[in-house]
Amino acid sequence: MTATSTATSTATKTATKTATKTAVLDVVVPARAPWSAVLSAGQELRVVDLEGNQAVDFLLYDAADPTLRYSAQDTLQAQDTIFLSTGSVLRDCEHGALMTVVADEVGRHDTLGGACSQESNTLRYGHHTAGQHACVENFLAEGSLHGLGKRDLVSNINWFMNVPVDPDGSLGIVDGLSAPGKSLTLRAERDVLVLVSNCPQVNNPCNGFDPTPVRMVITEGGRA
Amino acid sequence: MNASPTATTLGARQHARAQEGTVVDAMPTVPASRWPDPPDGVAAADLTWATVVAGGGYAHRSLARGTHVRLRDLTGDACAHVLLLRADEPWERLNPADTTKVAWQVYTAPGQLLLSDAGRVLATVVEDTSGHHDALFGTTTRARNEARYGDGSAQGPSPAGRELLALAAAKHGLGRRDVGPTVSFFSGVTVGPDGAPRWTGSAGPGAHVTLRAEVPLLLLVANTAHPLDPREAFTCSPLEVLAWRGEPTGPGDPLWTAAPEGRRAFENTAEHLTAQGIA
Repeated sequence: MTATSTATSTATKTATKTATKTAVLDVVVPARAPWSAVLSAGQELRVVDLEGNQAVDFLLYDAADPTLRYSAQDTLQAQDTIFLSTGSVLRDCEHGALMTVVADEVGRHDTLGGACSQESNTLRYGHHTAGQHACVENFLAEGSLHGLGKRDLVSNINWFMNVPVDPDGSLGIVDGLSAPGKSLTLRAERDVLVLVSNCPQVNNPCNGFDPTPVRMVITEGGRA
Repeated sequence: MNASPTATTLGARQHARAQEGTVVDAMPTVPASRWPDPPDGVAAADLTWATVVAGGGYAHRSLARGTHVRLRDLTGDACAHVLLLRADEPWERLNPADTTKVAWQVYTAPGQLLLSDAGRVLATVVEDTSGHHDALFGTTTRARNEARYGDGSAQGPSPAGRELLALAAAKHGLGRRDVGPTVSFFSGVTVGPDGAPRWTGSAGPGAHVTLRAEVPLLLLVANTAHPLDPREAFTCSPLEVLAWRGEPTGPGDPLWTAAPEGRRAFENTAEHLTAQGIA
């Protein structure tokens, strides 16, 4: 109950702050749920980690031609770090720009770790997790509403997820760097479809072992 | 007046047939059993695929479970961009994120399991003399190669890996949507403490890596410069590909139990193939 009231007050405060901009959409995505939206070129999407350390699994596509889809590998080729933050250009599989991170209150986000799935959960934690909800379930369900299927799913972004790579190559999902109310803002470089899974994972620290809601605010761009 | 030797169907046929026996640097050896230098312990009769892929070229083959595939960097500037798919169910394909995340390790080494998006093992790395590989940065695109080298078309002087893989996929009835994230061999990248990538190049001439197919496997390979290769001129040299009959990893193999995550991946794979009557 405490967590819920915190989320409500945070959302109210932030809504006041954004009231000066043209809000096209302002929604809370429930814990564990999928979500999608089409943004026009120039519009901005603010993703708010309402209660802190909630991984937001994120894919994006050219709205007119979804065979042009996010490519983690192309995105990383064009920058000098494996992490995503302000200035990162989210690129498609033909190297074109889909969106740009224009603001980030956390500092770094992941695009190496991919999405959790029922299938990979059985490898990572054991076969008792085979029936648990997972991001790939959300991506498949929400993607199917846009005519997308399994062939269209690729390595995704994990906003608010902390995945360091150690000097010996060890990689792991560790405790997050985010906090309640922290957000990041993306600008659409062309008309894009964004596909989201508000991560339901409970077997690692990516959601603080407690999946929570996130807020999505779409505004007309061009603000100072 | 001299008649052209190919002015008639008879002459054209004789001209065409006289060309057999020409030897070039990059070409398949058919049948593969004629390959002159099989790997140690491999009988020539067990070779099922033998080819040399030019720098800027590609190759592809549907392979039986248990097949071993050796990729060799002949002169030190090959870079093998590999996409793996189930040959019988190609909607299941290589997932580099799961490959690294499940193993808790981004660097390729012997014992690496190349995992699909379905919690199963597509292939294993059974041998590696290079140690210079990359599972993070993928392959090149036409747009990026055009910007870097002036051309990225498949038939041009600096082909993009994605263009080559799209051709390879098309020859198996697949499209660009099926060309997902890839891994590459013989052109290394390390990640610094600040998250910055560092290109480490190749291990030199002759390095090789051997993969073992754990399922009926479709292997697509593009031999082209790595996206982080800093050299101004497009640089890529021939890649040798040899495949031979063999056995998949079994429960008695040390690799089966090397890690609990890997054991469950092998168990998932075995159960799936058993239900299909394949294993």
